Amino acid sequence: MLVVILLAVFLQTLTTSSQNLFGSSFTPLVVHAEQTQPAQDEFVPIDELPPEDQLPAAPLLIAAYAFAWIALLIYIWSLWRRLGSVERELADVARRINNRAD
Amino acid sequence: MIASRWFPVLAVIAMVFFAGAPLMIARAPYESTMGLVQKIFYFHVPAWIAMFLAAFVCGISSAIYLFKGKKLADHLAVAAAELTILFGLIGLVTGPLWARKAWGLWWQWDARLTSALILWMIFVAYQLLRQYGGPGSDKLAAGMALFGMANVPFVYWSVNVWRTIHPTTNVVPTLVPGMSEAFFWCSAAFILMFILTLSARVKLECHRAAIDRLYLSLDD
Amino acid sequence: MTATRFIRVAWLIVKKDLTIEARSRELVLTTLFFAVSCVLVFAFGFVRDQNPIGEAAAGILWIAIAFAGTLALGRAFERERYHDVLHALLLAPADRPAIYIGKLLAVICLLAVVEIIIVPLISLFFQTPIFRHPWLLGLLLACGTLGFASVGTLFAAMLVRARSRDVLLPVLLYPITIPVIIAGVRGTVLLLQPEVDVIMVRAWIGMLVFFDVVFITLSLWTFEPLMTD
Repeated sequence: MLVVILLAVFLQTLTTSSQNLFGSSFTPLVVHAEQTQPAQDEFVPIDELPPEDQLPAAPLLIAAYAFAWIALLIYIWSLWRRLGSVERELADVARRINNRAD
Repeated sequence: MIASRWFPVLAVIAMVFFAGAPLMIARAPYESTMGLVQKIFYFHVPAWIAMFLAAFVCGISSAIYLFKGKKLADHLAVAAAELTILFGLIGLVTGPLWARKAWGLWWQWDARLTSALILWMIFVAYQLLRQYGGPGSDKLAAGMALFGMANVPFVYWSVNVWRTIHPTTNVVPTLVPGMSEAFFWCSAAFILMFILTLSARVKLECHRAAIDRLYLSLDD
Repeated sequence: MTATRFIRVAWLIVKKDLTIEARSRELVLTTLFFAVSCVLVFAFGFVRDQNPIGEAAAGILWIAIAFAGTLALGRAFERERYHDVLHALLLAPADRPAIYIGKLLAVICLLAVVEIIIVPLISLFFQTPIFRHPWLLGLLLACGTLGFASVGTLFAAMLVRARSRDVLLPVLLYPITIPVIIAGVRGTVLLLQPEVDVIMVRAWIGMLVFFDVVFITLSLWTFEPLMTD
């Protein structure tokens, strides 16, 4: 285990290069125009882009929160259902054993 | 634990936390470069915290099951693996939704995203093994979970070791006061939710094991 | 169990597997043919202007190793299952980790033979100068194969008695070994560039060594409890 930790530290000192996991260096990203404007060659800060190029944030935000809530609720509901059916089956089997014992 | 008196207490506390979350999040200040969309942070990071927690619980209980043979540890591992998949899914969906606005693309194969996806897939594979592996798959899956747990520190530190598009682990310790309250509130909500769902799921597993035992005694 | 006995047990198992292979040559030939077919399928799958893409060579090499390795692992342990050899091995007074190391070394020998054939073949098909730094390439392949085989041997041994074992082995193996494949491919891609960045190649080899250590440690630790019923 000590070897593992030492190797991790060694890796940290090695890989402080400017390349990501796939070797391509990270360049600033630009939101591309979808229509007829020619592609931009230089970096433009996002608040200087014309309004039609900017993505509205609200739908993404709502979608993210909605997904998190719905996923949790669906899981809790499925747990509830599974627990209910298992408890019924448990009561059923216990009853059958009691009947047999009598 | 689900049958104990703590469960309803914790459930109420969890409801309060989740109900209060939108309020806390709305009151938090805007982040300067990303604006509104940055507020996904308050659910995205706690979801991954819960996922890592679940992965650790699964790994540790799998180790206990492998080396000590305690059945309860196996039930705990199964429950925790399912929750790893759930919270990981929430993290994997909220992340790209945020990334679309913040980075301009849905996904990128940098170290953090790649390793997080792989970690999630390891636990999906665990689930497939448990379901379709037949008898003896409990021990094999426990071995799998150990590899999964070993991956978690790698995922966490990947963002500090490589220069990636994803923010580093420096963000949470340096949150400004308005943001840190909302963040810790949501983290508490997710961790409470994790504990509650874990205990319910473990109870389900224990019931299933009890049914199997009873059926066996019925056959005698 | 003393070190010499450990080594003797592992060596006996390696010798057993290699002797069976030398006589029947079943695994070596079928795996080799499969690896070559794999390379061809992918070479024709990725074409530009009716020629295989040179840049795909590194990825195709490692995919062929991964697929052929999965097949070889499945077949190697299927053979054990057939004659109940694994059961006998586990009953023998041998340290479980020694059995694991023996099987691991046998699988690595098999994959080494496959790679010795596949790598020149890839160089030929894609006309890529893959042998400019032969020692680095060899080290990269060795570390990557070791990482892949270490997890593969553990899981293949675990799955011998499971249901749906043929499909479950890749399902379990690939998520865990994807980092090994990534590191291998990135290292090989760097070796194929016109100007080889030796420092970065060494960094990827370092990452492979890190994974090898973690995987072998975990596998040795869990082999015994996983193989007992």
